[in-house]
Parts: sequence; C-alpha cells; structure tokens
Amino acid sequence: MKIPFAVEERPDTGLNNGRFGIWLFLASELMLFGGLFSAYILLRTGSSGWPKGADFLNIPLATVNTVVLISSSVTIILAWIALQMNNVKRFRILYSLTILLGFIFLIIKYFEYSAKFHHHYYPSTNTFLAIYFTMTGLHVLHILGGLLVNIYHLFPGFKLYKEDPEKYKGRIELSGIYWHFVDLVWIFLFPILYLL
Amino acid sequence: MDNHSSSQSFWSKYVFSLDHKVIGIQYGLTSLGFLILGFSLVLLMRWQLAYPEQALPLIGKFFGNASMPDGVMLPEFYNSLGAMHGTIMIFLGVVPLGVGAFGNYLVPLQIGAPDMAFPKLNMASYWCFFVGGFVMLLGFAMPGGAANSGWTAYPPLSIVATSGQTVWLIGMVFLITSSLLGSINTIVTIVQLRAKGMTFMRMPTLVWTQLVTAFLLLMAFPPLEAAGVLQLMDRLAGTSFFMPEGLVLSGQILPYTGGGSVLLWQHLFWFLAHPEVYVLILPAMGIVSEVIANNTRKPLWGRKGMIYASVFLGFMSFIVWAHHMYLTGMGTVISAFFQATTMIISIPSVIILTSLLLSLWGGSIRFNTAMLFSLAFLPMFGIGGLTGLPLGLAAADVHLHDTYYVIGHFHYIVAPGTIFALFSGIYYWYPKITGRQMSETLGKWHFWPSLICMNCIFFPMLIQGLAGVSRRLYDGGATYELAKDVLYLNKVMSASAALLFVAQIPFIINVFTSFWRGKKASANHWDATTLEWAATSSPPLGHGNFEVIPEVFRDPYEYNPPNSDKEFLPQNFDLQNDKKRED
Repeated sequence: MKIPFAVEERPDTGLNNGRFGIWLFLASELMLFGGLFSAYILLRTGSSGWPKGADFLNIPLATVNTVVLISSSVTIILAWIALQMNNVKRFRILYSLTILLGFIFLIIKYFEYSAKFHHHYYPSTNTFLAIYFTMTGLHVLHILGGLLVNIYHLFPGFKLYKEDPEKYKGRIELSGIYWHFVDLVWIFLFPILYLL
Repeated sequence: MDNHSSSQSFWSKYVFSLDHKVIGIQYGLTSLGFLILGFSLVLLMRWQLAYPEQALPLIGKFFGNASMPDGVMLPEFYNSLGAMHGTIMIFLGVVPLGVGAFGNYLVPLQIGAPDMAFPKLNMASYWCFFVGGFVMLLGFAMPGGAANSGWTAYPPLSIVATSGQTVWLIGMVFLITSSLLGSINTIVTIVQLRAKGMTFMRMPTLVWTQLVTAFLLLMAFPPLEAAGVLQLMDRLAGTSFFMPEGLVLSGQILPYTGGGSVLLWQHLFWFLAHPEVYVLILPAMGIVSEVIANNTRKPLWGRKGMIYASVFLGFMSFIVWAHHMYLTGMGTVISAFFQATTMIISIPSVIILTSLLLSLWGGSIRFNTAMLFSLAFLPMFGIGGLTGLPLGLAAADVHLHDTYYVIGHFHYIVAPGTIFALFSGIYYWYPKITGRQMSETLGKWHFWPSLICMNCIFFPMLIQGLAGVSRRLYDGGATYELAKDVLYLNKVMSASAALLFVAQIPFIINVFTSFWRGKKASANHWDATTLEWAATSSPPLGHGNFEVIPEVFRDPYEYNPPNSDKEFLPQNFDLQNDKKRED
C-alpha cells in the first residue's frame, strides 16, 4: 500500500510528509537543547564565580572545528544541488566530503577531550566542566547519528536513486536539514562555552 | 509492505507489523497489562496503609526478605511501590492507552487515511515503548530495588538513591524516544493525510484532541530528556547539576563539588509533567465527545468552541508548570505569575466540560455501557477539576500541599476521569476493532461497582487531606495525633481498592469472551457518522483501511439533521448523489 504525499507535495499544505516530519523532529530537538541551554543559564547565574572558557578550554582548536563544521554544511548543500541536477559523480564527491569533514570534527573533539582528561579535568571537577562535557557530548552523539545516516545514504542506500530518484533526493534533503541543525547547535555552543 | 496480507508471515503481520491498526492493538493490550500491574502495586501499598506493619496474608511470604520479611513491608519497598505505581500508571498505562492505542487505531480511520504517514516509525515507536517498559520492570531486580524517589525523581534524594534509579532513567529515555516518534507521526498524519473534503474544522473532536496532545508530547518531553541526561551525569559521572554544596548523608559529607540547583530539576521536570496532565486528559475528552454525540443522537453543543478551547489549553499548559512548586521558596513574584496562568487555564477546561454537559440537553440518550462510562466521566472530572482550584492558589496550597488532598484531586481526574473515558472508548470501538459486540450485562457489572469503589477510594482522601494527613507516610498516619479522627478511612479506602480490583474481572472476561463469542456487529454498529464506521468492521489487518478512500461532505456528528428524512448523515454521505439516484 502506498502512503500519499510521501514524495509529492500535498497541494494545500505545500509539504511532503518527510519534510514536515523532519521539521517537527527539529522542533523537539530544539526543546532538548533549549532545556540544556536553560540549565546552563540557571547554573551560571546562580553560581558565585563562573570561570572563563579559556581557563579550561582550547579556543583555537574549537575555532578550527567551527570552520570545519560550517564547511561541511556548505558541501552538503552543494551535494544536494548537484543531485538535483542529476550530476551523480559530483554529488558523491561532495557528500563524501561532508562525511569526511564530520569525521575531522570528531577527531579534533577527541584531542580536546583527551587533553582535558590528561590535565585531570573531569565532569565532576566543577559545574562549568560538567555542563561543557554534557552539552558537547550530546552534540557529538548528534554528529555521530548524522554521520551514520549520511554513510548509509552514500553506500547501501544509494541503490534507491536508481529505483526512485525523487524519493532519494528527498532523503538527501532531509539529511541536509538535520546536518544544518547540528551545525547550528554548535554555533551556539561555541560562544557560550568557549568565548563568553 | 505488499498488498497481499495473506502472504505475510505471522511475525510481520502481528508482531513487527507496520499496520497502524495492529500497532494500536499492541499498544492497547500492553498498556492494559501495565494498568493491571500498576494497580496491583498500589494494592500492596494500601494493605500497608490500612494495616501498618502487619503481615500481608496469603501472598506476603512470596516477596522475600529484601522487600517484605515475614510478609511485613519494608519502608524502602513501600517507596519503590509508590514510585513505580506512578511511573507505570502514567507513562506505561494511561498515556500509551489514550495516545498510543486510541490515537494509532482511530486517527487514520477517522480522517480517511490508508495508514499513518510513517509506518516504520510507528512500529519503532511501539517497540521503544515495549523496551522502555521492560527496562522499568528490570528495576525491581536491581540491588536495593526499583526506583524509590517517587515518579517525580526529585534530587538530591534521586541522586543518592540505589541503582534502581539509573534503570528508571534509562527506561525513561526509551519511553521519551517512543513518544517522540509517535507524536511526529500523529501530527504529520493529521495534517497531510486527511481525505478529500476533510477540512480541519470538519475533523472529529477526537482527532483534534490527539493533534493537540501530540504537540504537547513533542515539545514538552525533550526538556525532561535533557533533565534525565543531567541526572544520569550526576549519578554516574559525579557532576553536581542538582547537588548543593556540603550535603551530609548519614553523618558524611557527600563527594559533590556543589554549585548545582535542586530547583533546576523541578523546573525541567514539571515543564514536561504539567503538559503531561493534559496529555492524560485531552484524549479522554476526545473519546467522551465522540461517545456523547453518538449516544445523544444530536450534534455536539459548542463543537468549535471545544476545539478552540483544546488548542488554547495546549498552549497554556506550557506556562503553568511552577504551580507544583509554590512551597519550594522560588519566590512570591513567580508564584503570583503561575497562580494567574493556572486560573486562566481552568477556563478552557470548563468550556469543554460545559459543552459536553449541555450536549446532553434534549438528547434521546441511549444508556449503553460506553455511554454510562462517558456520563460518569463528566461529574468525576468535574470533582477532580474543582478540587484542583484551591491547589492552584498559592495561599491555600500552603495547607494542602503534599497531603492526601492532592492525591485525591489528581486521582479523580485520572482514575474515574481518564480511565473511565478509556473504558468508554473500549466499549464503543470494540465492535469496530473485532467485528463483535461486547456483553452489555457484563459491562454494567463492570460499570456500577467501579463507579462506587472509585468514589469510596478517592473521596476519603480529600477528607484526610483537609485534616492534614501527609501523603508520604509509610504507616498511613498511624503515629500522628492529628490523623487519629480520620484514620478509620484508611480501611475503607483499602477495602474499596480491593473491591475495585474485583470489579475489573467482568471487564477482562468481557474483552476475551466477546472476541470469540460476542454477537456479530455490523460495519456501523452504533449508527455513527464519523469515517471509521465507513470501513468494514474489524478492518483487515496488514492492509489499507478503505476499499475506496472516502470523500467528506460535512461536519461530524450530523445526527437528526433538520430538513432531512435521515436519522443521521455520515460524513462521507453524498446527498446530491443520493438525490439523483432517487430521481
């Protein structure tokens, strides 16, 4: 049985199911990170002294990571445009590049974390480090989830492009919207944890 | 998914099914099981409250020394029972039944859709729920027993609690994931898959309440997930998100660096848990309006007002949460704000209840079991709602907070309120689901004793609470001078609770025997107007819903329409076409 409006848009709402669903999902994600950001604000305003990010964290590494993540958002958009023009080769290169940049982000994050542990900075050390590890850790989990989906689309999921190209394009679009959200969360995490 | 259900294996047809009807039934049966379990837990507690520190006869000796040595309940076990009763009833019983079962089964049928928008997510949602429930029960096997910090899991108690609390948190993560998948699915289905002619204002009230409920689940649960993550960090990684400095436990200073806030948890928790109250009540209101419209044989009075009221209720429910926290010392200014919003949110509830009550006016009421349960819902929910008003006022709450009055109040809303509505729904849609009727005689044997017992359990709680009996006492107040005059009520309540359990037996028998022996029901057993009755009765599983997707021509509930010789006009009934045929 076929579900209507899985690929084509419903005329009166102007949406297909997937696009509507992913925005709802992101709304709920927003509330998840919103809860954590509120917790951050409450803990910070309630504390007697809040350390500067630079006291514990490595700002240059995080700046590089910000550039890496923003670049990956650009490449995933370019990949999607290439797919719209049915330029499969260009799409696969750009989409792989996105995944690669995602991994670079994780590797840099790994070095950041291990440097902290090396200095005996743990989540239990103080509340600043606690919220740092919790929020960035949850963000890393979101990156990992996104990478898994992207790798699936690039390799085993690619056969859908031959069977039903429109459906495949829809899926790539959704993965791009999600990837942008993960990027956006980092854009907020970077200043509040490292800079402010 | 293929088009030939006959070729599907047993596993893909009934267990890992993608069909919303099967998933709805799975949700229904699982959550009914959890309701019985949650009820059994509270029966153990009620024994302890009525006969403190006396051995539980017959089954007491089977519990073992860790929980009930010689059949006498330990305080820790009592606390576990309390926490798990709340958790199971809310997250594994009532919500999955109202939202998972009724929402899944009825929403696509009532809007004329072939299935939910994302069948695979729908299946994943059920299995996340199932795993979450299983993990919750695993808590009982942990050293130190299941979670024992209440269903609210307030720190610092929950942070220093035994490992059952960790299991509870992991279970909650699964349940939150399940509700997230389910709510996205419901919203997309309702917005995208409505049949031709099914405009938003023509949707049945049940669909509207499910839509609002799904939004509440979607937006309110994630902050609890965030809070759960923070609590897990506190418990496992030694952080101090919720831990103040220099906390002393059993004469020793706890190894927390401090700097956390216990109020932070309460804010994040109630940000979910207040909307959760409306998640419990809105589907119930939806079911009751369907049953009342059908059995009074007239359109609902103020149907559009009810729809607007539910939407308003949904929005308001996000800004009333701190009325659970008047006594935490968060400050009078904040209390005043939340007191005002709390008084405002009572208005839409009153609009809905009044509309339902006025809908009875001048109707030719059919008193079948479904209708009896729905009729009982109105005064029971009324008592529950009105007893809530003093709790919403910060001054009155000083006296009433944390007493049995609170327990009486919210149980009136959830037990004889929501659960009665859910029973009503089961009696009403059973012929659609199975193609057979339930026994009316057994139904009445279920209804009347349940109604009486419910009131004998929860009304005395209001009396005890006004006398000042705390809800947290392990001995039911036996050691308190002030509770002496109302102590005998404990025995009344406990006996009524046991009888209420017995009163559910006719229901269980009815559900199972009617499945095989019940009289066959026609496709439109109740002469109803909404679209689910346009499908065949017991719609084939593993298939689409309708042979031809219906087209909608009018509002729901066109019973006894003026200027027509018909007794009722189904939503998909085409008058013009009908006239042509007659000519």
